[in-house]
Amino acid sequence: MKYLHLVWAALTRRKVRTGFTLLSVVAAFLLFGLLDSVNGAFSQAGHSVRAAHRLITTSTTGLTFPLPLSLYSRIATVPGVEAVTHMNWFGGYYRDPKNFFSNFAVAANFFDLYSEFELPPRERRAFDITRTGAVVGAALAKQFHWKLGDQIPLKASIFPQKNGSSTWTFDLVGIYHDPKHRGQENQMFFHWQYFNQAAAFGNNEVGWYVEKIAHPGDSSRIAQAIDAFSANSDHETQTQTSSAFAADMVSQFANIGLIVRAIMGAVFFTLILLTGNTMAQAVRERIPELGILKTLGFSNRSVLSLVLAESVLLLVLGGLLGMALAAAAVSVIEAKYGANIPMLPVGATAWLRGLGLMALIGVAVGALPARRGMRLRIVDALAGR
Amino acid sequence: MRKALFVLGASIAAALLILLGVLLPWWLMGAAVAAFAIWLGATRAGRRTGSIAAAGMATLPQRLGGASVVVVGIAGVVGVLVALLAMGQGFQSTLHATGSDDTAIVLRAGSLTEVNSGLDENSVTLIGNEPQVMRDASGRPIASPELLVAVSLTKKSTGLAANAALRGVGPEVWALRRHVKIIAGRRFRTGMRELIVGKSAAREFLQVSIGSTVTLNGQPWKVVGEFASGDAHDSELWADTNVVATTFHRGSSVSSVTVRLKSPKQFDAFKAALASDPQLKVEAHTTRAYYADQAKGLTKLIRILGSIVAAIMGVGAVAGALNSMYAAVSARTREIATLRAIGFRGAPVVASVMIETMVLALAGGVLGAGVAWLLFDNYTASTMGANFSEVVFQFRVTPGLLGSGLRWALVIGFLGGLFPALRAARMPVTEGLREL
Repeated sequence: MKYLHLVWAALTRRKVRTGFTLLSVVAAFLLFGLLDSVNGAFSQAGHSVRAAHRLITTSTTGLTFPLPLSLYSRIATVPGVEAVTHMNWFGGYYRDPKNFFSNFAVAANFFDLYSEFELPPRERRAFDITRTGAVVGAALAKQFHWKLGDQIPLKASIFPQKNGSSTWTFDLVGIYHDPKHRGQENQMFFHWQYFNQAAAFGNNEVGWYVEKIAHPGDSSRIAQAIDAFSANSDHETQTQTSSAFAADMVSQFANIGLIVRAIMGAVFFTLILLTGNTMAQAVRERIPELGILKTLGFSNRSVLSLVLAESVLLLVLGGLLGMALAAAAVSVIEAKYGANIPMLPVGATAWLRGLGLMALIGVAVGALPARRGMRLRIVDALAGR
Repeated sequence: MRKALFVLGASIAAALLILLGVLLPWWLMGAAVAAFAIWLGATRAGRRTGSIAAAGMATLPQRLGGASVVVVGIAGVVGVLVALLAMGQGFQSTLHATGSDDTAIVLRAGSLTEVNSGLDENSVTLIGNEPQVMRDASGRPIASPELLVAVSLTKKSTGLAANAALRGVGPEVWALRRHVKIIAGRRFRTGMRELIVGKSAAREFLQVSIGSTVTLNGQPWKVVGEFASGDAHDSELWADTNVVATTFHRGSSVSSVTVRLKSPKQFDAFKAALASDPQLKVEAHTTRAYYADQAKGLTKLIRILGSIVAAIMGVGAVAGALNSMYAAVSARTREIATLRAIGFRGAPVVASVMIETMVLALAGGVLGAGVAWLLFDNYTASTMGANFSEVVFQFRVTPGLLGSGLRWALVIGFLGGLFPALRAARMPVTEGLREL
């Protein structure tokens, strides 16, 4: 630590060069922070603590195949199941098909199971008593400038009403927040009862069931018990944990992990070469100075650690700045477009991983120049050879 | 103060030139390069510049570290950009190839995709009877009532469940989509629970190779053939519409009707005829418009993401190039000062440094685009399409993408070279000569 000013002096010796090198480190770690956040949002979809207590029952044939309502009461009898709810994909859009967002017809107890969707008690009561009531996420409400009491007309892309109209009008009675996953605040929920009575077809059918279970350890036993109800029928079910369900869904969009790893590989390879070159230059220029340090009595080892410290400091400075920028960018993007772009806030693990990478790259690029500095013979060094 | 003004002026000029570099059409850019080459070869000043640039390039082997920073830094940007754009391009061209102007798809009014749509038997007959629909030799309308369902299969690559599109097709489908060929096995037989599998789907999913039996909605289906269409249908399974409807309890309703029109010009009349029929609540789209629309969202998203990633990497690469070129200029300080002392003007010096940087940048661009092309051209990927089922597509590294990659490379090289070049030209001669 006492040599910090020495390391600092070495870094500020050529301010322009250090500045440009820092800029590339900042760019690399800005990208790391952003991509890690996107990757995290995809890979952690459905991995919350509450989700561990949830199972999802869908048709084996595919998610678009409905299940009979009669399963509802039977699933509730399975020991270990604390509560059951159900959801239907509605597929409505607001004004323009481009304004796509998820909207579901849900059972009355939906918000009991999804308690991470925080809804003020007053709005919850309003939802319970309003047949045409709807609850939307805060991000969605903001996007369309909706406020409580508004009437929201949705165009149905699948289900027209019995009266022939394809426009469904809902009364906005609640706005929910999900502070941990802002990306979840882009959905709309309304009463399945209303949907069931008014839809021209698809009546008494349920998209999928969601079960709340007491102990996650019981999930495979409970899943088997639920699937046994419809075995060999024409609506066989598949029950899985909500994280397994989410993993299936995500893997169908793209192999996000692979894309992110490929980009980061290219970025860090370039970065290592770039900073490595800077460090080599820096040491080459300072050979006489290093010779003087050695003449003054600095050991080989302390010269080695001085150079290493310099490269690690360079990486950590740029890296922290880059990640801070990424964190700021993510929070801005989340606030503005949170509804459409899945991103996870840059959290503790991302910072730790980033710090680890900074140290690793710092040591890697510093190693060769540092070894050169360590092996210098004083006579050669002072002569500038 | 003068220095600050100079830097400001140079930055504005650089920004303008970059804007030109981005917006300039190819032929103009080519013309500019040709004019520059003529200037280099034909005029005295040009030849002088050329010889200085050559002298500078001769010292490149001594500055391999710096040179490789420029090359690899730019290669990284171009490689990532080209690979990402190739993904969007591949998806787009697969869907674009699926549609044509002389076939039209009819969906229920308000539906955007086939899975969301539904038409009853009466509508199917009415649509087929429109006069604009082409008829086959025996006088039947070339119209295929199709029922699209997303079925869950297991992916070979991940072992996870994924949705595949099972498309029930009518008997006229072979006259409708003439480019679809059976490449192995045979067609399915009408009324039988048999299916044929697209060649991408056969590669992507377990249990759907020829001869195997796959259970869909509790019923066994025999896979009797494999087909190739060269477009998005390659990711689908095809079977008889009526059999699909029975197995999946859809009664007599279908998702869509696709028809072959007598000519592309007939589409407007066809659309108008359907709209004016009070018995029908449907909407017609040319299949080209229908599939192009499905490609739009994802393609745009990839283009934006790719540009953002490349721009951030580009900042890093510019910084790296600046460092390297400043180092190169300072290594040649004495040489440049000598040139100035014996009467060379500033311009040839600036030009020579710029030429060197641009050559390195071009090498980086070619390297990056080449690596992206080698690794990713025809790389197979899949994503969830609009019909809630997988669409398999190949990355396409097109000449256009390679071109825009090289454009980025040149812009980065330009930025990285300009300021060091200006420094070289403005260097006070006396100080430069004293430099060690």
